[in-house]
Amino acid sequence: MLQIKNLHANINGKEILKGLTLTVKPGEIHAIMGPNGAGKSTLASVLTGNPAFEVTHGSVSFHGKDLLELAPEQRANEGIFLSFQYPVEIPGVSMVNFMRTAINEQRKYRNQDPISATDFLRLMREKKELVEMDNKLTSRSVNEGFSGGEKKRNEIFQMAMLNPSLSILDETDSGLDIDALRIVANGVNKLKNADNATIVITHYQRLLDYIVPDFVHVLYDGRIVKTGDKNLALELEDKGYDWIKQEVEA
Amino acid sequence: MAENILHEVTQADYKYGFTTDIETDIIPIGLNEDVVRLISAKKKEPEWMLEYRLKAFRHWLTMKMPEWAHLKIPEINYQSISYYAAPRTNGPKSLDEVDPELLKTFNKLGIPLEEQMALSGIAVDAVMDSVSVKTTFKETLAEKGIIFCSFSEAVEHHPDLIQKYMASVVPITDNFFAALNSAVFSDGSFVYIPKGVRCPMELSTYFRINAINTGQFERTLIVADEDSYVSYLEGCTAPTRDENQLHAAIVEIIVMKNAEVKYSTVQNWYPGDKEGKGGVYNFVTKRGICKGENSKLSWTQVETGSAITWKYPSCILQGDNSSAEFYSVAVTNHHQQADTGTKMIHLGKNTRSHILSKGISAGVSNNSYRGLVRVGVNAENARNYSQCDSLLLGDKCGAHTFPYMEVNNETAIVEHEATTSKISEDQIFYCNQRGISTEDAVGLIVNGYAKEVLNKLPMEFAVEAQKLLQITLEGSVG
Ligand SMILES: Nc1ncnc2c1ncn2[C@@H]1O[C@H](COP(=O)(O)OP(=O)(O)OP(=O)(O)O)[C@@H](O)[C@H]1O
Ligand SMILES: [Mg+2]
Repeated sequence: MLQIKNLHANINGKEILKGLTLTVKPGEIHAIMGPNGAGKSTLASVLTGNPAFEVTHGSVSFHGKDLLELAPEQRANEGIFLSFQYPVEIPGVSMVNFMRTAINEQRKYRNQDPISATDFLRLMREKKELVEMDNKLTSRSVNEGFSGGEKKRNEIFQMAMLNPSLSILDETDSGLDIDALRIVANGVNKLKNADNATIVITHYQRLLDYIVPDFVHVLYDGRIVKTGDKNLALELEDKGYDWIKQEVEA
Repeated sequence: MAENILHEVTQADYKYGFTTDIETDIIPIGLNEDVVRLISAKKKEPEWMLEYRLKAFRHWLTMKMPEWAHLKIPEINYQSISYYAAPRTNGPKSLDEVDPELLKTFNKLGIPLEEQMALSGIAVDAVMDSVSVKTTFKETLAEKGIIFCSFSEAVEHHPDLIQKYMASVVPITDNFFAALNSAVFSDGSFVYIPKGVRCPMELSTYFRINAINTGQFERTLIVADEDSYVSYLEGCTAPTRDENQLHAAIVEIIVMKNAEVKYSTVQNWYPGDKEGKGGVYNFVTKRGICKGENSKLSWTQVETGSAITWKYPSCILQGDNSSAEFYSVAVTNHHQQADTGTKMIHLGKNTRSHILSKGISAGVSNNSYRGLVRVGVNAENARNYSQCDSLLLGDKCGAHTFPYMEVNNETAIVEHEATTSKISEDQIFYCNQRGISTEDAVGLIVNGYAKEVLNKLPMEFAVEAQKLLQITLEGSVG
């Protein structure tokens, strides 16, 4: 469903992605690991169309479409979802209003009528249960005053609401306590099926005990330099990144 | 890139910019005593009204335009404006006599004047250029003793009430524009709610400028007698014209013991084009007095239009235990300038006032809040709370806050808080990533920001106002 070929991208004139290639098929879970500043969040930003980044080279196709041609909201409505590493607060905009707008935009994009009030409320309730989200949170403004962990949980709640075909989870595990990590991971697993795919960006093997990846990639200096199965994550946990750096630089 | 998105979101067009092709009785441009006499004669006014106008005019001649506002006002040539324009089919009348073109105009503005089609529960006084075209539900209201009619009719049929209350809150000497209005005002609305009556429907006046090169000077007078209640709404639009148009209105409100008046405005005069050409100059004096004990006045305004806005709906809290509120959303985009706020004058004991001002600036516009809270020596336990927030869209616009406080009684508590925030690119991108376009995202964020004020509007208008905010800012953010 997703094919990234030789992708190069800049921010403020500085090249961050330096020829990244990756293919994701339906039903797969890919983990991306790598040292701080390697370009993991940048990859997520570029795939979702963050205008701060400039693609200078390469191609990305998603469900056969040229993804780089689409506006950020079109990419979202095509089924790409990003769970942000740092979700922003939007004061004054209630979660309910925000979610209803998002759902209806998606429906409009697919030529469907707006969701009815009862269907919407039912959907909200169902998905809140899935990630065991507190009612109080959804009656507040988007992320406003949410704790770090609450924000992350809210990201997965939104993912559940929007039912994307490709989810990118950027360090969703950081900030979650041990119980929350399990709950959120279970939520992600329940949403998983043969038609959708997940890219999990993480620093810790622990999350991968719950969300078991089909592939583990190491992103280093703007490129994917090593790919393995879930055992690669264990190896990284054990040995760190120095040996990878040496391999690359050798 | 922020600029690009900003650009996209604030570029929408003014949708009320059409003109009505109707025969208009318009007097030659210029202003002198003869013009004042001519206006009075055209309106077949009694002698006392003419005397009042002349006194105001003579006083105006001695006055200068105020210069203290944070506004750049191009020089206005008061001799190049016509001071009276009326659709030929003059005077309010039964519906079948109203020119169909006029009905069409108001229909197009979403203000049907046929009572059976009218917005449920709202009586409307429709004013085009200098005259009232039609007032709906007049008879229904009369059954309760409520008077709702054009100002001209009130001068004719209720001279006692007009003479008693007109200029009792805004004297002719009050300020430059108030004096001008008092000399040449054309029409407007008059409301009287008798003792103990709760007005059963929203009253509203809809002002429309149509004729070219004319000034609009309307007057509204609302009197709520003891134990009465009324909610009143004012709306206004004007055609798209390259020339600037002058609008200088007066609104006076008198609230007696235990009475309550809610006054809401959705001001959407033509703001000028994206380069700052054209647009209405809006200089308005609005003031109310809480005369009796336990009386209550609230001003709610949504200001989206006009090239220049100079407006400070105020309240004199004279009765003990009286209270006043001022809720405002003022949006400026492109080259618009607004200097708006309120004055709360506490005279009585235990008087309370609450000010909530939400400014939104985009483009290269300038948006200022100016507010005065004055507590008199006898205003024991007076209480004021003011909150002034500014939201900036882009970095070429300006937001300013000028709070003034004069506290002459030490038992008073006066508090002021101010915040400034910006819509960030990250917020917009977050919305985009959830499938929401930049325009809708700005609308969502701005409406969220203004929610507390919009919630104060009558239901029917809250929705309109929300859309209006979004349209005004279309093409503006990133
Ligand atoms: N706005 C910016 N201006 C300049 N450099 C930037 C900007 N945003 C990101 N970068 C740089 O791009 C590089 C890649 O950042 P990115 O956020 O993609 O790393 P990451 O792999 O997600 O790291 P982490 O594990 O710490 O989240 C870093 O060196 C970062 O400093
Ligand atoms: Mg990162």
